[in-house]
Amino acid sequence: MSEVKEKEPLFSAKNLKLLTNPFSQENPIAVQILGICSALAVTAKLKPAFVMALSVMVVTGFSSMIISLIRKGIPSRIRIIVQLVVVAALVILVDQILKAYVYDVSKQLSVFVGLIITNCIIMGRIEAFALGNKPWPSFLDGIGNGIGYGIVLIILGFFRELLGAGTLWGYRIIPESWYVANGGFYENNALMLLPPMALIGVGLIIWVHRSFNKNLIEKK
Amino acid sequence: MSNKKFKCTVCGYVHEGDSAPATCPVCGAPASKFEQEKPQGAKMNKNSNLYIIAYASIMVILVAAVLTYASLSLAGRQNENVRIEKMSDILRSIGEGTEADKAPDKAKYITEEYNKYITDSYAINVAGDRIDSVDAFKLLTNLKAEYDKAPADRLLPVFVSKNAEGVVSYIIPVWGKGLWGPIWGYVALASDWDTINGVVFDHKSETPGLGAEIATAHFQAQFKGKKILKDGKVVAIIVQKGGAADDDPYAVDALSGGTLTSHGLQNMLKDCLSDYDAYIEKQLAAGLTTDSVQPAETVAAADSTDSLTNNQ
Repeated sequence: MSEVKEKEPLFSAKNLKLLTNPFSQENPIAVQILGICSALAVTAKLKPAFVMALSVMVVTGFSSMIISLIRKGIPSRIRIIVQLVVVAALVILVDQILKAYVYDVSKQLSVFVGLIITNCIIMGRIEAFALGNKPWPSFLDGIGNGIGYGIVLIILGFFRELLGAGTLWGYRIIPESWYVANGGFYENNALMLLPPMALIGVGLIIWVHRSFNKNLIEKK
Repeated sequence: MSNKKFKCTVCGYVHEGDSAPATCPVCGAPASKFEQEKPQGAKMNKNSNLYIIAYASIMVILVAAVLTYASLSLAGRQNENVRIEKMSDILRSIGEGTEADKAPDKAKYITEEYNKYITDSYAINVAGDRIDSVDAFKLLTNLKAEYDKAPADRLLPVFVSKNAEGVVSYIIPVWGKGLWGPIWGYVALASDWDTINGVVFDHKSETPGLGAEIATAHFQAQFKGKKILKDGKVVAIIVQKGGAADDDPYAVDALSGGTLTSHGLQNMLKDCLSDYDAYIEKQLAAGLTTDSVQPAETVAAADSTDSLTNNQ
């Protein structure tokens, strides 16, 4: 997007495409297969998945923008380190702010916030996009990818919490009286809470996603 | 004066002057083979070691400054959150402070409730002596450090509470290791130092949905009414895999899928409560001689007089 002109409106069609493309056609998890590890780790419950999605969105957006702002000065030999420092600093800031203002949620996420640093999406977008583009498109690209990541997280979190614990956002959905322990017929599927099932879940999401988007299916 | 540099593209000879020499003095190439070198400074070599070191240093100092500022300016709020959380956990172990989520000002509500129900706090040592010179609440902020010390040097906090119904509980903080990180909690013992009135557990990084279930009310409710003493000695509670017998006062059900966290919890209770062994023994010995036949009514009566004096 280096040909983007100064006068171009902030939400031109081209820029909007940057924002919305990662929702589906270039979804970081389902299509680019980035950030799988954290998608498996934080989606056992819906709430942490949501806050994680929000935190990742903030970090991808701002790290892409900052890297894009300083892209001309970064020595290429240490560019990965520079990117890491920027991303790590943002993650620490997010963590500190969560701790100060939404303490309860930050406690739930605990280690996962720190793990945003290792999220491949962030480094991937910086390397692939922010290093060669202007700050505003880079910011949109980062936010878009964060949202695309978040959508998959929330879908996964929804099914894992519902089937694995019978609750959503901590509220009970499947009545207690259904459970075998209380004389009912139902039992939680504990496998849903384990990471392997999350990986299968990601696989299922990719399957469904591709069956709706035939253009994404690789030609034989 | 000239500071332009011309480099021979054939042999690499560098000529300093206003213009390129007619022929290269080394290889004899014509002037057209010379290229002007960009003067230093106009375009920095971004891959020179000096630039990289300077860039890295400035960046690190800048980032460190930003993070330090953020950390310092948010530290007050964060410490306050931690303090409120500890108070809230202590209150939850005796079944109070439950309206915190509905209260408009959670911090104020918790602090008021804490001052209302926690009547005394002090520290003890492993020998069972009471030590009043130490702030028990401060010990909570670094309970790990106390348990890292040799047993004889440990200072262990005790909180005395009286809930809305006038039931006296002795609250003992516990600290231990789960599967991924520390777990901790508060055990509220009835005035017989044996029956558990309530527990609260929390953890830093146990697996959500598995080990992390120790923090749920559902799991903690099992502990109510269990006993920690057998023949006057602390035996703590067994977290039983496969489910505990309903009438077993010394065991609760373990968490399926959270075996290592369950083990950690069991060890935590055993290790921490054992340190109070001597103190509990002394308390019981003292209690048996002075007020061995004190019925519960006396406690309730004492409470009502207390509340009367508070109202005046």
